Amino acid sequence: METSRHWRLRQQRYALVGEVCPSCELKIFPPRDICPDCGNEARTIFQFSGRGEVYSHTTVYQAPAGHTENSPYPLAIVRLEEGPLVTAQLTDLADKPVEIGMPVEMVTRKLRSDGERGILVYGYKFRPRLARAEQS
Amino acid sequence: MTERADSRSSRGPGLPGQPNGWSPVLVAGIGMTPVGEHWDVSLRNLALDAISAALEDAGGLRPDALYVANMLAPALSGQSHLGALLADFAGLRGIEATTVEAAGASGGVAARQAYLAVASGAVEVALVLGVEKVTDKDSGQVEAALATASDADYEAIQGVTAGAQAALLMRRYFHEHRAPQDALAGFSLVAHQNAVSNPNAMFRKAISLEQYSNAPMVSDPLNTYDAAPMADGAAALILARAATLLPPDGRPAVEIAGSAVATAAMAVHDLPDPLGLPAGAASAQAALERAASQVEQVDLFELHDRFSIFAALSLEAAGFAERGAGWLLAKQAEIALDGRIPICTYGGSKARGEPGAATGIYQLAEAVSQLQGRAGKNQVAGASIALVQCLGGSGATAATHVLRRMANGT
Repeated sequence: METSRHWRLRQQRYALVGEVCPSCELKIFPPRDICPDCGNEARTIFQFSGRGEVYSHTTVYQAPAGHTENSPYPLAIVRLEEGPLVTAQLTDLADKPVEIGMPVEMVTRKLRSDGERGILVYGYKFRPRLARAEQS
Repeated sequence: MTERADSRSSRGPGLPGQPNGWSPVLVAGIGMTPVGEHWDVSLRNLALDAISAALEDAGGLRPDALYVANMLAPALSGQSHLGALLADFAGLRGIEATTVEAAGASGGVAARQAYLAVASGAVEVALVLGVEKVTDKDSGQVEAALATASDADYEAIQGVTAGAQAALLMRRYFHEHRAPQDALAGFSLVAHQNAVSNPNAMFRKAISLEQYSNAPMVSDPLNTYDAAPMADGAAALILARAATLLPPDGRPAVEIAGSAVATAAMAVHDLPDPLGLPAGAASAQAALERAASQVEQVDLFELHDRFSIFAALSLEAAGFAERGAGWLLAKQAEIALDGRIPICTYGGSKARGEPGAATGIYQLAEAVSQLQGRAGKNQVAGASIALVQCLGGSGATAATHVLRRMANGT
């Protein structure tokens, strides 16, 4: 069932909560408690904006078990505006072609379902940034 | 034998760059089974076939320790504890045995563990076995098992596959370096061409550029000819110190002259420079340094072309090409058997087949047979130094070895 495993990650999955290094100010996502740049402890909570742009993208046609019902699905690495890269699916594309550099924003969507009796796992995906969000 | 003893003593108390008291380690025997879909062969029987072949090749040495490289048996065969299982099944009951797991780099990392044990003198004769059995499960289960080599919480949960990660790197690489759509085709073409005369290869058929260009997508821009087929296979090596080896049968001895493993951030998105293959660069540099060799002296490079983009990244990381110029080597004149730097001389993962954790052992065995002049139609003329590199995940682990043919008659 892995309920506790997904519950532990709720802040990351639903709100992109990461960390900022108090020593070198590197913004860190996912949280890792030790700054990968300067090696100092980095446990200060940092709330990411959810805005970023596509660093690279692809489409998954041969999905792993647990994701086959959604396949094919678009997948990307997104460069968050605060710096880190995040791997995530793209969503709400309609017919919009995806390009490297395309502005995107985080939304919460269903990531996978573990059968009829299993839990539904929700988390972040990214959609083309709406005009409203661009202005903020 | 006297010359060999002399060369040891002339080196003083240890090897260059190694702790005092370490001895040169030779590859005393190799064994490989055909890579493919072996519906009729179990994991343990695959292992036994490779072990038997290597023991026979080594002419009667009995191993004191077994290092098993395997990644997928717990997920796909419901079987862990392969050290004890396979030592017992191979008639070696009682010896020290363990499993080494580092995703697709397991083979190279296991070889390094065995090398360290033998070089230090703690183990006299080591058996290294790479084995993978993937065809008992459907492709969704295999993809999910392979995805465990990525970050489960932040990559696999998003539906990431190994192929998708390679595709993400490939698109970014094309974007940054302005490479054309078929930039990597040559890697696949040369691999298939080399596999034609390899009896252990899965696909013994040359392909054309047209076939490559029309192949269906796995994860765009990565097509089926950019991706190596996951398949069953087992290969084994016997490592021993020079002093332990039985009198030579006339074929040249091959020494593990350099051995190194390095790691990088496991998730692709955690790499400061996702196209830099830092573990590949660090381990190649360390292995070459320990062998006191330069990259210019390397006669062939067995790199890990599980996806074609990694051929370009490995060539750059090891120093055969400038950053962003690896794809320019995807040509006959550069990488074919008679090219400037032959790669994947038996077909690589693309055409020999990709048996997961066993890949690193196949690569080393293939390099040994090149250096001993046993490669037949696949022979690289005059090969005396081989660089061998395998990658785990998207390059988070890289194991690199330098193999060197020792002077004839020693």
